[in-house]
Amino acid sequence: MPVLHAFANPARFLKIARPLTPILFWLGVALVAFGCWAGLTLTPPDAVQKESARILYIHVPSAWLGMGGWSGLAIACLSYLVWRHPLASVAARAIAPAGATFAALCLLTGSIWGRPTWGTWWEWDGRLTSMLLLFFVYIAWIALDRADAERSGDGRVPALFGVAGSALLPIVHYSVIWWNTLHQGESVLAGKIHPSLLWPLFFTLGGFTLVFAGVVLMRMRAILAAQKVEARLRRMAAA
Amino acid sequence: MNHWPFITAAYLLVLLGTGGLAAFSYAAMRRAEAAAAALRGGRE
Repeated sequence: MPVLHAFANPARFLKIARPLTPILFWLGVALVAFGCWAGLTLTPPDAVQKESARILYIHVPSAWLGMGGWSGLAIACLSYLVWRHPLASVAARAIAPAGATFAALCLLTGSIWGRPTWGTWWEWDGRLTSMLLLFFVYIAWIALDRADAERSGDGRVPALFGVAGSALLPIVHYSVIWWNTLHQGESVLAGKIHPSLLWPLFFTLGGFTLVFAGVVLMRMRAILAAQKVEARLRRMAAA
Repeated sequence: MNHWPFITAAYLLVLLGTGGLAAFSYAAMRRAEAAAAALRGGRE
């Protein structure tokens, strides 16, 4: 834990984040590009879902980052509540729009995938509904955080909401087990996908995760710089 | 049913969504860091 406390120092964080941002982002872009190209050209069509199964390589990473984003946000909120880390609330604020974007992409790509496979764009089944709820919770958190900042709040209310919202994650994950409706059950972790179809997914999963990390670092740097400007202007006005 | 229009639409959406998010975040970072640097320069 002392290591984490040391990295929670904004100056030390920026020293690491500046060179790390382009490395994570561009390595991620390269992995995504290769994974998508391989998924679109090198893998055979699925035996049941045929060509549409190729949407897997972008849909699964979007779902992973939509849920993983909220896990990161909840951990940052908990760190803020417990240790009052100056970077924790900045991290949560940086993660939220990125996580919301991937949750939205998961819903949209899933809807597009559903049309040729299930014959419908949308179905109120457990997985789809809980994922839509997660997207709305992201939007609610962003609105709450903005309102708190405008009222010069101490950030405790959005932090509590961030931790409480993590209760939705097991519901999204286990929804396909608890409610046997239209969305297929666990397939990637359960080993139900043939290795000849599965391997590009690891490139896109890793790549999108690195892109996500790069974007979060960019947003954290933007928030820290804006806070620095605000503090300096306040000091200048007071002088 | 031809699946390729659906596949193309899904990949384009992800490209636009992720690209837009990255471009917006990068522009915000550059703008904020430039403002901080300008203020530091003005003070010195």
